[in-house]
Order: sequence, then structure tokens, then C-alpha cells
Amino acid sequence: MKKSEEQIQEDLLRPLFEASPAYWIAVALAGSLVLAGVCTLLYQFYTGIGVWGLNSPVFWAFDITNFVFWIGISHAGTLISAILRLANATWRRPVTRCAEAITVFALSIGAIIPVFHIGRPWLAYYMLPYPSERGIWPNFRSPLAWDFFAINTYLIGSISFLFLPMIPDFAMVRDRAKGLRRKLYGLVSLGWQGTPRQWHRLETAMHIMAIAIIPVAVSVHTIVSWDFAMTPVPMWRSTIFGPYFVVGAIFSGIAALILAMALLRKTLHLEEYLQPLHFSNLGKLLLTFSLLWFYFTFAERLTTWYGNSEPEMAVFWSTVRGQFAPLFWTMVTFNFIIPVPILAIKRLRTIAGTVVASSCIVAGMWLERFLIIVPSLSRKYLPYAWGSYRPTWVEMTLMASGFGLMALLYLVFSKLVPMIAIWELKVGMQEAPASLVREASAVHGAGGESAVTDLSS
Amino acid sequence: MSAIYALYPDPASAQDAFDALKRARADLGVDSSKIVVVTSEPFEGYDFSGDHAKSYMFPLAALGGIVGGCLGYWLASFTQTSYPLVTGAMPIVTSWTNGIIIYELTMLGAIVTTLITLLITAGLPNFKPKLSDPEIWNGKILVGVMDPPQAARGELSAKLRGAGAIAVKDWPASEPT
Repeated sequence: MKKSEEQIQEDLLRPLFEASPAYWIAVALAGSLVLAGVCTLLYQFYTGIGVWGLNSPVFWAFDITNFVFWIGISHAGTLISAILRLANATWRRPVTRCAEAITVFALSIGAIIPVFHIGRPWLAYYMLPYPSERGIWPNFRSPLAWDFFAINTYLIGSISFLFLPMIPDFAMVRDRAKGLRRKLYGLVSLGWQGTPRQWHRLETAMHIMAIAIIPVAVSVHTIVSWDFAMTPVPMWRSTIFGPYFVVGAIFSGIAALILAMALLRKTLHLEEYLQPLHFSNLGKLLLTFSLLWFYFTFAERLTTWYGNSEPEMAVFWSTVRGQFAPLFWTMVTFNFIIPVPILAIKRLRTIAGTVVASSCIVAGMWLERFLIIVPSLSRKYLPYAWGSYRPTWVEMTLMASGFGLMALLYLVFSKLVPMIAIWELKVGMQEAPASLVREASAVHGAGGESAVTDLSS
Repeated sequence: MSAIYALYPDPASAQDAFDALKRARADLGVDSSKIVVVTSEPFEGYDFSGDHAKSYMFPLAALGGIVGGCLGYWLASFTQTSYPLVTGAMPIVTSWTNGIIIYELTMLGAIVTTLITLLITAGLPNFKPKLSDPEIWNGKILVGVMDPPQAARGELSAKLRGAGAIAVKDWPASEPT
């Protein structure tokens, strides 16, 4: 049954004014993980970064794995949302805000990890390009300086991309709320009125943002891949790393988006808005990226094997049949063997099916990041520089608190902002104006009305 | 500041009201800039939303990108020449790597310019009281006239009602008439 605008508004604004006990339990669980992370960080700052399992030669491990993982997850939102917006995909409307929020939060978590990794985070401002009396300016030849610019550009773009379509929804909440809440939403809605001029400017701005954000998103993960590809370490110096990382990022991002949507669907009772169709369509995208991921992994491994360079083969064999083989084959199983049949068979591409596939992919992609970093550093060019790595409780706690922080930010966000853009949903329900139908009928003949429906949606 | 306005159930009747006001504006002494439409969603394809379709946001975004790119080039090359690193006979100003900084700042320039252009041209933020009605969030469309001439109020009310209004109200004291 088609819902009225009042019903839609009621359904989507309800979570802002009410919260179930399950919501508060989830907040408490996520909050306790974050608290554990904060305590662990304080302990680390007090004792020094030696409490991590890093050593020579494995100077990057869990933390950089998490950094690459979260930056990858951040590709869920803005990139997917921007592509679907530009492609005018009508089914995107309930999905975009869930996706864009993932980008902002995952990117923030990912960006903060290198700050902890430098050991003395209070000196992180050394990365900022400002005139310094010490004569230390950023080295623009370093991929780490490129990271700084790319991640911050993407973060500013993603926050804008998330915030702009929220303005009309904030205005809606402002006009429903009372007291302090009314004042706060009045402030963040920037005094939005809803005149045609404002709507037109907002839509044009969203269109420009969508065009600009896609190349930025691609550049971010390419530059993250160059942190490795610019370094003379076996199996890192690869020209394929840029696109390989971008594909992996979108792959893990879509999986994270499906998991977040399934969670919101249950906890906020959005069953009528996040429908099986949305999961099925995202499942098809996920299938495409699973195949692409396998193609890139195979291409990367094949060229290494064919080149048969001794240092590279040492890393290759340590992952395929050595110390890291269980992790490598788990990764292949989770990223390809399990998801492909689930997502390829229409009967299995249900909400439950896509959630199972996505859970495997998120875990598999974390393993992929770990397997790119640690085996290569463990087997460098000179055998006397070989080493091994074992994570400590500090690193594991920080990793878990990263997931806790993501969940907490998402839960708090869902309490403050409608998780589905209400005005965009309403636009999707609009009927085409008679003038457009007449124009289209003149061009397309009898099928003009359907042409307009496609056009306006 | 005062207004007389009406609420319409659909965009077609709002368009009728808008047309009626436009036609009668000379007789009633109403400036066309005083005719206001407020909606809870954008409506494409209607004249009442088409007046503002022209904007310079795309060229301005491109200009912002060019400025950002120039700034990126200046920042990277100025740094490299002012604080030269020992590069072992390699170039001090490195075009290939500086290209990345220039690229990122080009995109940042375009994004920030778009944001600023939106805020300025959409008149945001603006916290002064504005003509609105809670009913617009339920899908109603508001069409009204700001600061109407006192003598024309009755005529305006009749025109708004004649186009199929479900309510005609005064602003700020929005009492149903």
C-alpha cells in the first residue's frame, strides 16, 4: 500500500523522538568498547608505543591494517551514493544517507589511526603545511603527505555531501520539535525555508558535489595504495596496487553498507523503506566487485609467480603455503568462494543471504589488508632482516574499539538525523507534471507517460 | 513584514494560484518578487519552480577548482624551493608528485566554492522569521504574497481561494479566514 507523506514523516522521524531498550543496550555495548579503547590509548601514551607488537622489520601491522581497512570501508557511502545519484537510480533514495554516514565515520576513524601510530600524537601537527620557525615543512614527495591532502579533501567533501541534503530534513524536525531541540535543529537547518530557489541551488550543489567526489574517492584509495607501492618492499612495488585497492575499497564498502542497512532495518523498524529490492540490487553490485576482486588478486599473484624473483617468491609462498596460508585461504573463501554463489543465485540473494555474504566480505577484506602488509615486511630483501609479528592485547583492544566507535557514532547519528532522506523519498513518489507528459507524448508518442516517469525519477 | 498565503494539496493547483497571482499583479499592485512559493520537496517541471533554474554554480565551481589548483602548485613549489631537500641531483620541484597535491587542492577548491556559492545564493544561514506553515511538511504547497497592499487583500484572498486552496491564512497571525 502506498504511504501518505504524513505516514512517511511519522515513520522516519519516530526514531528521533523515541528509543527502544534495545537501542540503549546497543549504545552501552558500543560505548564500553570505546571506553576500553580510550583507557588502552591512555596506557599506550603513558608507556610508549612499545606496547604494540611492532618490531624490526615489521614496523607496520595491525594499526595500518585498520587504517587501510577503515579508509576502504569509507568508500561505501559517498562514492556509491554519488554514482547512483548521477546514474539517476531511483532505488538509491532510501540508501544514500545510510551510505554517506558510513563514509564520514569510517574516514574519521581511519584518519585518526596514523596519529596514534606516530607514537607522540601531540606532535601530529608537524604534518600540517604551515610556515614553521623550525624550518620543517612537509615533504611533498612523500606518500604520507599525499595521504594528508587526499583524506582531508575527501573528508571535507563527504561531510558536505552528507550535510547538504540533511538541511531540509533538519528544518522538518525543527518545525515539529519543541524547546531546546527546536533551537538546535533551527540552528543546523540554517534557517531553511523551502523556496524553489533554495531547492534548485541545493540540487545543483548536490550534482556538482557528486561529480567532484567520485574522482576524489578514487584518488584517496589510490594514494593509500601508494603508501605501499612507492616503497621497495617485496610484493609492494606494483603498478596494479592503485586500481586493486580502489576495487577492494568499494567491495568492502558495499558489504559494510549492507550490514548497516540490515541493522537499521531491524532496530529502527524501517522494513517498509529498506526493502529486499535494495539488498538485492546492492547484492548484484557486490557480486560484480567480488569477481573484480578475484580478477585483480589473480592478476597480481600471477605476475609475481611468473616473474619468479626470489624475494617476491619468499613472500608469495609464505602466504600461499607457509606461515600465513591459513589466513590467505580464509580470505579467498570469505571474499570469493562463499559470496559468489550466494549473490549469483537469485533465490539466495535475499536480505539474509546478502548479510551472510557481506559479513564474510568485511572479515575477508580485513584479512586482505593484513596480508598485504605483514607478510611483505616479514620477508624483506635480505634474509637476515626477516622477522615475524604477533599482535598484543593493546592492538587487539584498539581494533575492537574502532568497531565500537563506528557502531556508537552510527547509533548516535540515527538518533539525531532521519536515516532516510525524507524529502528525497517524497520526490521519488511525485507524479510527472502534465506539461512534461504532453511534451514527452509529442516526442515518444503513446509511451510518453512512461518516458516522463523515467525522466522525473 | 506580513503576508497572505494559501495552502494547496498538489502542485497543479499551486501552479494555478501562481499563474493567477502573476496575471493579476499589475491590477493589484503586487511586485512579482513578492510572490512566494514554499514546498517540502523540489518540484521540477512547474513554472513556479522554474524561475530560478539559471545559476552560475557550475562555472564558479570550475573557477574554484582552478584557484585551488594554482594554490596547490604554489604551496608545493614554494615549499620545495624555500626549504630545498637534498635530492641527489634529482629535481627540487617535482612535477609528478606535486601533481597529486595540485589535483587534491583543485577538487577541494571546487567543493568549497560550491558550498560557499550554495550558501550565498540560497540565502543561508538566515535565522530571521520567514513565511512558512507546518502543513507544508505534510505535502501541502504554500503560495503567498509578502507585504500585500492593504486594499488588495480581499482580492488576493479570492484569487488564492479560486485556485483550489484548502486554507487561506495571514502571516504572522495565521488565523484561518
